[in-house]
Amino acid sequence: MKETEGRSQHVAVYRSYYPGTQPDHLHTPYASSVLRAPKQPLVRIPQTIGEVTGPTFSPSLVSAATADLTRQPGGEALGQRIVVSGRVLDENGTPVRHALVEVWQANSCGRYLHDGDRHDAPLDPNFTGTGRVMTDEHGRYQFETIKPGAYPWRNHYNAWRPAHIHFSLMGPAFVTRLVTQMYFPGDPLLPYDPIFNCTADEKARNRLISTFDWEKVRPEYALAYKWDIVLRGRNETPFED
Amino acid sequence: MSLQATTWQTVGPYFRIGLAHLNCIEMAPEGTPGERVTVEGSVLDGSGIAVPDAVIEVWQANADGEYAANVAVNTSVPVFTGFCRVPTDDGGRFRFSTVRPGQVPGPAGQMQAPHLAVRVMMRGLLRDLATRMYFPGEMTARDPILQSVPAHRRGTLIGSDVPGRKGTVVWNIEMQGERETVFLDY
Repeated sequence: MKETEGRSQHVAVYRSYYPGTQPDHLHTPYASSVLRAPKQPLVRIPQTIGEVTGPTFSPSLVSAATADLTRQPGGEALGQRIVVSGRVLDENGTPVRHALVEVWQANSCGRYLHDGDRHDAPLDPNFTGTGRVMTDEHGRYQFETIKPGAYPWRNHYNAWRPAHIHFSLMGPAFVTRLVTQMYFPGDPLLPYDPIFNCTADEKARNRLISTFDWEKVRPEYALAYKWDIVLRGRNETPFED
Repeated sequence: MSLQATTWQTVGPYFRIGLAHLNCIEMAPEGTPGERVTVEGSVLDGSGIAVPDAVIEVWQANADGEYAANVAVNTSVPVFTGFCRVPTDDGGRFRFSTVRPGQVPGPAGQMQAPHLAVRVMMRGLLRDLATRMYFPGEMTARDPILQSVPAHRRGTLIGSDVPGRKGTVVWNIEMQGERETVFLDY
């Protein structure tokens, strides 16, 4: 306690999200938001030391095996092999180094290895859909996986989720947390999906779509997609108490 | 250079596949200095029904009021990092054990009362919700952040002692309704 007493609070503040680039909590076309989104306005508070700090993660949480979803000890997963890579930057363009990236996804048939998934599509004994990587010195990440399939859900009549990979990043602070989904270019289901379309800003939505990455394609082996991720960055304007 | 932060998307119903490796019920391994406490509660939706597919994340200071940001989370080495990820169970309940955090500095040099920074995510939430759980005690009356919350809603951010269960604090997260939890924006 002694160390903290009397210390004035000169924490650098993270920027607010650019207006329109984040979903509202309530988005009625997404049916399950109706009873789960808060009705009262959020209460704005200053960022304090607990918001601008955050956990760090040991490199032992990742390995070559956690970066390759295409194989299990028993054999290789079925489906189209893809390499997914990109950079994690903050809003100031600075690479986010040594950031833990957790990913999960459905298999090539659109089925998750999860008790709650009742879609009548086959499970793949050689695909768990779980991956983890850490960004390098330049904020780069990369993993290999199988292109996920689309799957039906009961949000509305004939509802199908476009193919996507879930991403979870902590970043350097409690306020930089990001959980999102990466989509694939040219997916005909995107215009119909209330989750993809929940964000007002069209450019922000479209940044969730990866690009085909010809240069990373591995001849005779795997296609490749590139997707960059941006976490909240610190305000560059000097700030005084 | 000026970029815009990537858009949030819901964690969906199947987050366990990707996130369960860091689930934790004991934040403070034996020998961690401080007063031990178990925090438990339920997540309830707008009709008062328990939410079985929510996940909360906690970030807190240690008993001396310091954040252990330099102690890496490592699932094979039990150590207090101040971070915990807890999904709700089939009954919408969550429970974890920790040590009561110390006071930490706040705006304009005022001290903040002991609290957990909490993030709530679930299917149906397109992005996260931030909140706080304060430990019950008279310090909450002077906390500078709680002062910025309308007085009649402050109680939703403060856990309750349970008579006859020393060392347990109960705190529910209610998404809507009379006792809707205060969610924070920063």
